[in-house]
Amino acid sequence: MSKVENLASIIDRFGPHLHDEPIGGWSAERKVDKMVPTHCPYCGMQCGMNLLVEKNHVVGVEPRYDFPVNEGRLCPKGVTAYLQTHHPDRLEYPLLKRNGNFERASWDEALDLIVSKFKGLQEKYGKDSIAVYSGSSLTTEKTYLVGKFARLGLQTRYIDYNGRLCMASAAGGNNKAFGIDRAANPWSDIPHAEVLIIAGANCAETFPILNGFLWKQRDNGGVWIVIDPRETPTARQGDLHLQLKPGTDVAVANGILNVLITENLIDQAFIDSRTNDWEAAKTAALNYPPDVAAEISGVPAEKIIQAARLYGRAKTGMIMHARGIEHHSNGTENVLSYINIALATGKIGSEGRGYGTITGQGNGQGGREHGQKADQLPGYRSMLNPEHRKYIAEVWGIDESELPGAGVSAVELFNKMREGEIKGLLSICSNMMVSLPDTNKVRESLEGLEFNVCIDFFMSESARYADVVLPGTTWSEDEGTTTSGEGRVIKINQAIDPPGEARHDWRTLQEIARRMGRGKYFQFESPREIFDELRVASKGGKADYFGITYEKIDKQDGVFWPCPTEESKGTPRLFEERFAHDDGKAKFHAIEYKGAAEKPDEEYPLIFTSGRIVHQYLSGNQTRRIGFLVQQCPEPFVEIHPETAMKYKINDGERVKVISRRGEGIFPALVVKTIRPDTIFIPYHWGEELAANQITNAALDPTSKIPEYKACAARLEKIHTRELPILGEVRKGTSLNEVQKGK
Amino acid sequence: MNETMFIDPQRCIGCRSCVAACRECSTHKGYSMIFVDYIDRSETTATMPTICMHCEEPTCALVCPADAIKQNEDGVVMSALKPRCLDCRNCVNACPFGVPKYNSAMHLQMKCDMCYDRTSEGLKPMCASVCPTGALSFGTFEQIVPLRRTKPVNAHVFGNQSVKTKVYMMLPTDADEVSVDGCGVFEGQISLDGAHVKEESWIDTQVEDSDKSNEF
Repeated sequence: MSKVENLASIIDRFGPHLHDEPIGGWSAERKVDKMVPTHCPYCGMQCGMNLLVEKNHVVGVEPRYDFPVNEGRLCPKGVTAYLQTHHPDRLEYPLLKRNGNFERASWDEALDLIVSKFKGLQEKYGKDSIAVYSGSSLTTEKTYLVGKFARLGLQTRYIDYNGRLCMASAAGGNNKAFGIDRAANPWSDIPHAEVLIIAGANCAETFPILNGFLWKQRDNGGVWIVIDPRETPTARQGDLHLQLKPGTDVAVANGILNVLITENLIDQAFIDSRTNDWEAAKTAALNYPPDVAAEISGVPAEKIIQAARLYGRAKTGMIMHARGIEHHSNGTENVLSYINIALATGKIGSEGRGYGTITGQGNGQGGREHGQKADQLPGYRSMLNPEHRKYIAEVWGIDESELPGAGVSAVELFNKMREGEIKGLLSICSNMMVSLPDTNKVRESLEGLEFNVCIDFFMSESARYADVVLPGTTWSEDEGTTTSGEGRVIKINQAIDPPGEARHDWRTLQEIARRMGRGKYFQFESPREIFDELRVASKGGKADYFGITYEKIDKQDGVFWPCPTEESKGTPRLFEERFAHDDGKAKFHAIEYKGAAEKPDEEYPLIFTSGRIVHQYLSGNQTRRIGFLVQQCPEPFVEIHPETAMKYKINDGERVKVISRRGEGIFPALVVKTIRPDTIFIPYHWGEELAANQITNAALDPTSKIPEYKACAARLEKIHTRELPILGEVRKGTSLNEVQKGK
Repeated sequence: MNETMFIDPQRCIGCRSCVAACRECSTHKGYSMIFVDYIDRSETTATMPTICMHCEEPTCALVCPADAIKQNEDGVVMSALKPRCLDCRNCVNACPFGVPKYNSAMHLQMKCDMCYDRTSEGLKPMCASVCPTGALSFGTFEQIVPLRRTKPVNAHVFGNQSVKTKVYMMLPTDADEVSVDGCGVFEGQISLDGAHVKEESWIDTQVEDSDKSNEF
């Protein structure tokens, strides 16, 4: 069983503790042995950076001015990323949970236990009783290997990954509309667009370095239309802010399309020659004149008209979106409704005319292409397509019948653990206790497992539930490729050796497979060998990496896929001549407004939405341990508009209870005019009692199976107790209690 | 050196990357010489970075009894020379921009010297290297100004004191100077008539705790 019994002692031993200086302290007398060019481990920008190495230790960072995407620029997470490598919380040997306590074990002991438990469970309950849950902060080599490991190593159908919580709706929408899933344009196209529509993307905090491109566009005289329920730094800096109710994106997008149609700002020639199904989308959009769209979304009709005119009259323009429109039970439709706008105006497929999701995770793009997704095989192939199955079976040297069927999505996977169908779990590169919606249900799922293995380099909130924790490596201790949000395959270089007994994740997976008796499929001696097999496995698929080599990546500062041949330089811009559907055309979709699965009512009158802050990365397993980042924002808060705060008699800084049908939490109120009065917001990077996901709704989009993080119903409750002081150190409460122990 | 710093507050996203990067300069021993403030978080997400403005006639040097603060030939105002610094903190109290800080552990005034150790080797200062948006930029007038739609201003008026600086603020095109008339009501202060009190958002206090002190 996988319960957490001694939380206090686990935190005491494994953190999160704060660590805030390079190994050996700050020093003016460093003798740097080498400077290793690599990339940031965090978001989908994958900024170039140089790591300073002294005696096999990463001791600092130096801007990498010659990498074209960021030209030296870094966000605070990037600047401090190196501090995680020698962090005192690092796991440096395998751990087994005995009587509720983690005890040091040898690798053999840990691996033997894993294999005997996995074999036992599979004999008793069948192959599919073990699930693999992975992530997209791994290199593409590792994500490919995880997919192969689940299907061939453990022979289970159940594998999925945290990209499901990221941009899955964008992937769903892009595949439906374009027949392929990748940002259509390189970021270098942004400065050439007269108008940008930025929907549900708080670029300033979530993709700080993208702002360099945005401001170049601004310097060129460009305009930003920002669609967001909050006045984020990006919305504040923009020219026009459409501050919609969370969950009403379709109304706004259809409203804009409606104005484009009625004011004849569409590109009929483009529609006729390069798209299908326009009439249906047009008919649907005609039901959303600006006053109807305004009524649903709360955005004044004039602003919708103004946005449509700005975008429609401009020669060039780009639409970019992120999790804000994607994290909905109708996320795919939200995405399609924006794609309709780009297609109707022909603003796609050339310089400054484009569209794209801004992928969040470091390898969110590469990690979704090569088979760690439930229904997917390498190269964006489908588990359900007989031709695709045949090709991959051939590459892997097995009979097609040995390949398991499609599994289920992340949230469904954890439901199956709760329902008892899945008995064992191997998770890697994921912190579900923070990142999955409805935390209380996730805890139940983990506690119900018969055997739970976690590979990580820190003891995450989720690793605490594991029976065995195996120490993995940080990005600075291994090499491999990632694919950034613009589709650029780049190379992560190894700076130092793994500390202690920590092992490269790809070695660990292979070793488990070998001990499961499946070693012949896992004979890789280096990431390069994995990449070479991946190149072949992806060949002829939509995400074709066959022509990409480590050398080409170095030479060209990255390679945009598809890159099918050795001669090819890659494809920075898609759709210049044709879309990826068989007939070469893009598809419009008729989209009707549905709204969130759970709308406010008398009992829960507010709309709850969640998101990110600039100082933390995803589930915070890496960033909540770095002193500088934690000091900027030690704990989550709930943003409340002053009007709403007045109604509930809540003061700024006071702790309040936020309650939904699924759970509740106590958070300090940040009373700000930058949010809608009908909406409250909590950043999600924390776990346990600070998890915003205690509140969220696990309703899924039918296509993408993305959960609805961005809209559910909630209410506020004033706390009538003096036990929770308003200001001062103690106010910072549980999270800082945890982290301050390290100071 | 023809390069200088340009501060473009409208671009600041409050990420404090500059603060983190400033710490990385080996000579600072982990202290940052840059401060980023929320303007008023309850009203807006706007933030503003503060670096040394490198005055043509630096007040900090004028009030230094030990002549410990030197200006180099490029007009960069250096940190106090350790052997001369008397720990008197005149500079800390006199700077109209509130830039120098006193490091009680090291018995030394510390301030931004425009990354002298980097710029003297042809490298950009850390803050301007990493700044995601160009809110802090380092370059020549010709490299930076023609690209922007804002106007470089280096005249500051603090009540009766006028200051010209090596560092430029990028402001709306109708601005000629930055003026603080001394009669405004600031956050957390009570106005002269005692009527108007403006409370600061708790998150401002929390994040800027260290920035608001004159000491490290």
